Amino acid sequence: MNLSLCILEISVVFLGLAVLLLDLWTPPAGKRSLGYFAVAGLVLILGGSFLIEIPQTPETAFTGLFVHDGLALFFKRLFLLTAIGVLLLAREFAPRIPTGISEFYTITIFALSGMMFAASANHFVLAFVALELIAICFYILTGFLRHRTASLEAGVKYLILGALSSSFLVYGMALVYGTAGSMSLPEIAEATEATRTSPLFQLGMLLILVGLGFKIAVFPWQFWAPDVYQGAPAPITAFLAIGSKAAGFALLLRLNLSGLPMPADLLILIAAATILYGNLCALPQRNLKRLLGYSGIAHAGYLAMGLATGSQAGAEAILFYFGGYLFTAMAAFAVITIVSRETDTDDLSILYGLGKRSPLLALAMALAVVSLAGIPPLAGFFGKFLLFLAVLEQGPNFALHYLLAGVAIVGVAISIYYYFGIIRAMYWPRRTPLTSPIPTHLTLQIVIVISILGMLWLGMLPGYLVEIIDQSLNSL
Amino acid sequence: MSLLTFIIAVPLAGAVLLALMPDRRERLWRNVTHGALWITFLLAGWAFVSFWLEPGETFRFQQQIPWVEQLGISFHVGADGLNIGLLLMTAAVALAAGSALSEIRQRPRLFNCLFLIMTGGVLGAFASLDVFFFYFFHELALVPTFVMIGIWGRGERRQYAAFKLTIYLTGGALIALVGLVMLYQHTGASSFGMAEMIQEAKERPIPVNQQTAIFGLLLLGFGILVSLWPFHTWAPIGYASAPTATAMLHAGALKKFGLYGLVRLAVPLAPEGLGRWLEIFCLLALGNILYCGWVTMRQRNLHLLIGNSSVAHMGLAFLGIASLSLAGITGAVVIMIAHGLLAALAFRLSGWLEHSKGSAEIQELGGLLSQVPFFGTCLFLALLAACGVPGFANFAGEILVLFGAWDSLPWFAVAGAWGALIIGALYCLRAVSHILHGRVDDRNRGLGDMQSAALKFPCALLIALLLIFGCYPRILTDAIERSVRPLINPASAVAILPPAPETEATNR
Repeated sequence: MNLSLCILEISVVFLGLAVLLLDLWTPPAGKRSLGYFAVAGLVLILGGSFLIEIPQTPETAFTGLFVHDGLALFFKRLFLLTAIGVLLLAREFAPRIPTGISEFYTITIFALSGMMFAASANHFVLAFVALELIAICFYILTGFLRHRTASLEAGVKYLILGALSSSFLVYGMALVYGTAGSMSLPEIAEATEATRTSPLFQLGMLLILVGLGFKIAVFPWQFWAPDVYQGAPAPITAFLAIGSKAAGFALLLRLNLSGLPMPADLLILIAAATILYGNLCALPQRNLKRLLGYSGIAHAGYLAMGLATGSQAGAEAILFYFGGYLFTAMAAFAVITIVSRETDTDDLSILYGLGKRSPLLALAMALAVVSLAGIPPLAGFFGKFLLFLAVLEQGPNFALHYLLAGVAIVGVAISIYYYFGIIRAMYWPRRTPLTSPIPTHLTLQIVIVISILGMLWLGMLPGYLVEIIDQSLNSL
Repeated sequence: MSLLTFIIAVPLAGAVLLALMPDRRERLWRNVTHGALWITFLLAGWAFVSFWLEPGETFRFQQQIPWVEQLGISFHVGADGLNIGLLLMTAAVALAAGSALSEIRQRPRLFNCLFLIMTGGVLGAFASLDVFFFYFFHELALVPTFVMIGIWGRGERRQYAAFKLTIYLTGGALIALVGLVMLYQHTGASSFGMAEMIQEAKERPIPVNQQTAIFGLLLLGFGILVSLWPFHTWAPIGYASAPTATAMLHAGALKKFGLYGLVRLAVPLAPEGLGRWLEIFCLLALGNILYCGWVTMRQRNLHLLIGNSSVAHMGLAFLGIASLSLAGITGAVVIMIAHGLLAALAFRLSGWLEHSKGSAEIQELGGLLSQVPFFGTCLFLALLAACGVPGFANFAGEILVLFGAWDSLPWFAVAGAWGALIIGALYCLRAVSHILHGRVDDRNRGLGDMQSAALKFPCALLIALLLIFGCYPRILTDAIERSVRPLINPASAVAILPPAPETEATNR
């Protein structure tokens, strides 16, 4: 029993409890500032994570349920960074939340702990518990704006479909356990060839893919995403888009790297369909959060390309892509959170004239969409480049990969239209009732500047992150 | 630091400097922009002259900085005969386009900033010897183009034009990227360096089937970027809607990126793939020459006429590359340089007309040679150059392509190439008679000529370069030829050339 391995998760849980306790002694006026306390705690934990070394060989705790290795550590840092950004956005968003801002912070932190456990899950039980922890936190967070029907509707939709997907997941796990006789990933991977080709085992894996596919919102399990993204409070949409998706991918990668890959042809089809669906549906959208919801689906498709390769290069590409996506999506959602403050809508028209009203916000949004579109010199470009590299590398082994690359090109070309439409909305001369400058709080300015620098850094000097990723994956 | 790194860095640094400048200092902004463009041009001129005086066997002005070592990507610049002329041309076009920046009244700083980024991107793309950066710099120039057309463009359809151009160019670039990545993977080189890949492919040529696939991708991808028929439709409307400076830099310099990519990478790495695609390649190039030439004849707007003719001109450059012969490819590179200068000149003139008259509809024009003599003369010279009159650099390139095409291309391609000259002469002379000669339209009585030196200088610079390269093409061709020769792999060239006499003798 080695508790010290999960010191990060334990600290995060205690931080969440501390926020909850502090809430009791904080006057209502000061509750909003508890967000700073939470952020400070997470920054400390993130700093502490750099004291933890990547072990040469994976170390386990709780009789093999929990594994500590480079992959887990990478994702945990990613989640911590995401949560820091989300909490700062939530502080900005606080006046729009009628009651319970401290609970909003706390539940966000608990969701974070779930994601961190998911990154370390080496056993179906821990994986399922972690995913449920994430999901239940998000059911609450999505419907947090109780006075708004859209938010409630999003919460209920997410609850019903989420519960359904969880049942698929748990059923799949049961089938795999029934045939392989174990729920620990390394032990399942050692199962005989006969077991692994048995129909029941394969059905089980397929159901697990359904459950996880729901979390990462790939076609055909994507239909919750646009509604939930649109209805949820903007910081939570950011958390869903980055954190929840990354948690699903962390588990899928863990399965892949443990020697339990999903069938490549199926993943290729899923990735291709997701890319096309996300990009095509984003075309007519006028609501910013909904548009980013569809674009998020498309990005899940690009990421699934990396999964479909089943190779080390694919895994590296996924990790890099998430690194870039973190800064990119954070910038976009920060801008939306600030700009929607006065108007209380998320329509594309709130961006009109932003180039004049607030050059910093407009620049951040413009760089974010250019990065999402995958154009240099920004992070999104290098991520896509790595994905293409990984997919084409597999081409000679399995020709469907070439088709996938072709679909991805079509998807990117389509996406230019709606991403650049956002630039058009911000910079083109237009008549709009909104002309006043937008005051931006210092903390959010810092979030935005860091996101911009992060996008540029990963786009222009990607070598450092590539090296970190190399080290992380080599420990497996 | 190599000279080329400076040439790329100066405009980009100028853009950053401009962004950090205080507000409401338009004079200062303009001086910074022009200063950056002048320094770039002088450095490029210096590089060109010193290259000409002392050509080396390998790349000159090299600099290599590792970037992502795990993938073998490095920032690597260098110049040989293929790109030194293109770099000079780009710098000259950018400098000339700088004179059109004063047409921008709203938010001039943002425009100048974007223009400098675009200039840096084009120069970087031509200077790069690493496939990754080659692509990277090209894409860097893309977003500024979109924003410039969208905000400062002209005409009702500029939104449509901006989106169309951007989507086409992104799609084309991505297709080319897939081809480039496949090249990287099939050469088995562990580096994105162009020289390393070519070296690797010389030792172990890529299997023919894969060459065919790769060449197809490169042809399609780069073809879209160069407005290969039938993927050319973004170009005329894009240029007609773009602000003058953007149109000049894009049509003049950035568009040559695809041709340069074909010569630099597709020819040495996938020559047999080219052989498989030869007929289709020639047919598409003929589409440019004949179909787009025919479309050009019917244009009623000067911008669209120039835009369409610039599409038509690309056909000959394609044929030169397809010929895979020394003369043909050398000619194609000369056309790239000559057409760059010519397109910039033509768009400068049409842009001036639009700016001072308010429209560029041909039916409202006439007798401009007597009304505005300097403008008229420049346009006359530009149209002469466009129809390939000897003395202009365009002629030198076209004649080389025809020589190259003569014995290596199918008969219909050669016939079509000759036809190009006739069609070109037709629309150019028609334009001369409609715009420059004839009665002066009453609406144009008040039109004043290009008076200031700032307006005259860029036209003079571009015409002078066209004439210098036209009257003494060896300035260009000597260096280009030296660089093209090693690109044409003799072993594979035999397959598509008619068998040489010696082999026939042994066969008998």
